[in-house]
Amino acid sequence: MSGDDVRTDAGVPVREVYAEGDVADGLADRLGTPGSPPYTRGPYPTMYRGRLWTMRQFAGFGSPEEANERFHFLLERGQTALSVAFDLPTQLGYDSAHPAARVEVGRVGVAIDTAEDMVDLFAGLPLDQVSVNFTINATAPIILAMYLVAAERQGVAEADLAGTLQNDILKEFLARKTFVFPPEPSLRLSCDVVEFATGRLPRFNPISITGYHAREAGCDAVQELAFTLASAIAYADALVARGLDFDSFAPRLSFHFATTMDLFEEVAKLRAARRMWFEIASARFGAKDPSSGRLRFFSGNSGTTLTAQQPLNNIIRSTIQCLGAVLGGAQSIHVMGYDEAFEIPSEEAVTLSLRTQQIVALESGVPRTVDPLGGSYYVEALTDEIERRAGAILAKIGELGGMAEALEAGLPQQWIAASAFRIEKEIADGSRPRVGVNVHADQREAVELPQLFETDASIAERQVARTAARVAGRDARACAVATEQVERAAGEGVNVMPSLIEAVRTGATLGELSDVFRRVFGEFREPRPW
Amino acid sequence: MSAPRVLLAKPGLDGHDRGIKVIAMALRDAGAEVIYLGLRRSIDEIVHAAVQEDVDVIGMSTLSGAHLPLSTELVEALRGEDVSIPVVVGGTIPASDISALLERGVAAVFPVGTSMPEVVDAVLALAARERIAP
Repeated sequence: MSGDDVRTDAGVPVREVYAEGDVADGLADRLGTPGSPPYTRGPYPTMYRGRLWTMRQFAGFGSPEEANERFHFLLERGQTALSVAFDLPTQLGYDSAHPAARVEVGRVGVAIDTAEDMVDLFAGLPLDQVSVNFTINATAPIILAMYLVAAERQGVAEADLAGTLQNDILKEFLARKTFVFPPEPSLRLSCDVVEFATGRLPRFNPISITGYHAREAGCDAVQELAFTLASAIAYADALVARGLDFDSFAPRLSFHFATTMDLFEEVAKLRAARRMWFEIASARFGAKDPSSGRLRFFSGNSGTTLTAQQPLNNIIRSTIQCLGAVLGGAQSIHVMGYDEAFEIPSEEAVTLSLRTQQIVALESGVPRTVDPLGGSYYVEALTDEIERRAGAILAKIGELGGMAEALEAGLPQQWIAASAFRIEKEIADGSRPRVGVNVHADQREAVELPQLFETDASIAERQVARTAARVAGRDARACAVATEQVERAAGEGVNVMPSLIEAVRTGATLGELSDVFRRVFGEFREPRPW
Repeated sequence: MSAPRVLLAKPGLDGHDRGIKVIAMALRDAGAEVIYLGLRRSIDEIVHAAVQEDVDVIGMSTLSGAHLPLSTELVEALRGEDVSIPVVVGGTIPASDISALLERGVAAVFPVGTSMPEVVDAVLALAARERIAP
């Protein structure tokens, strides 16, 4: 940290000390007041004084029973909402019995084959009282249909459902990679969900537009911000092209950012994100409703900043990242488990993650006042600079025709890979310190953790048997008729949501309905990067 | 001697390709010829490409926890084809699984926490050994 060339993680030059002259004129206009345009200081006037952020640990594994047990475990310990992790077969449209699924069932999340599974997943969890986040994308319309049927079974009205469906397919092509169908029909399915939810699910966010996964794949904070806003523009353009009024859906668009280790840069990024989205909503989309430009976001801590070496250090890393999310004004937060470099978190680790949030919330005093870093010469200068740099990338993506076109050209993917390689080289040569890895590495420290999560191998067999029994017990004719309606809607460009709800109600499986979409839309295979 | 040839691929369903792409770039920087097949490749595709491209080492990466069945299938499929190309495996692999992987015929395991230079050195050493004693 010596010499003149000191930079942030994203490469923004940093002065030794900041003073009034380092902040451009007109700051008051760029800030506004909290809860008012341009929302730099926060989406709500009282922020955490009015209501703390939602503590939402991402969880799910095994069959619906195991995941349901983990949900109860978290809620009993003071978690305030749920966030469902699905296994890869569910994310990619395969039933648990599919040959491609067999070694992956229940591993990275819960296996869901039928609407009955969704009913079991939320057993004893009143859906009008607990908000639920679903990390699901290619199969998001099917999962939403199953969730609506589960709510219906509980006697909960659609208008009372609160939560978020990730449903951001563009970033699957960018980074997360659970795409199934080609980009164009994929974007259409995402928009079908948003269109369906608009007006009908007033408390539910039908999409969470995210730069998080690009960041985890290796890009920097500035690129993350630009990719997120470029995707938001692409969805809004597509929805407006369908004839929807921007103000009808924009207030329910939600966002998802990573919060990593460079504390002030992360806070500056989150503040810049709000200001930039307000500007885009007003100038580009002519928003008349101020809440159309009010960016609300979920913050996930960064798993890639955590290390296998000296794993307890990860608790400290996560605490700093949680603090960054709070100082940046997050609406909901997930804190990584300290054992996440090895496995999905143990009960001990996930409890510590929740306790981290609770200690920041209840002991640190940070939530006492809104945007406590507002007015800091450094943070304001950095907020302005990140806005400028992200704006330049956004303009470049615009020149390529937009996010979908940029992805097709493969450019953002190349930027991410190049950045990931640079970071790894810096770790290898020591210029990017990682305590316990390339500095203060203690050879005697054991890497073994006391308690690691273990997947139960019999879960897959039980899940396959359960689905087979349910398929055998359904009204086959009604199911075939309803599934045919989905195929017709998909083929004719009609919104697929109403027919999907009917189909899952008759017992159609996630794999069967995904096969319908595969037949109509085809499958996407990623071209080789080199 | 011509450049060592390395085939990299991700079997299974997981999409975490940051690690394998970084390794591809690092191996290339170190002078190897790298063929990266990409995501969600079947075992058959990997075996076929390895033979077709006449590679010295096959590297697979998986972060979903399915490393034991997937690497076993790959090693057995190669044996079934009478192909003796060494297989290395990277990803979120708990220390307790490393010996099981080695017993099943995997040549080297790179669990989380392995540095990029360690992976590159090990892969290049394996490739060199293949060329001396094929």
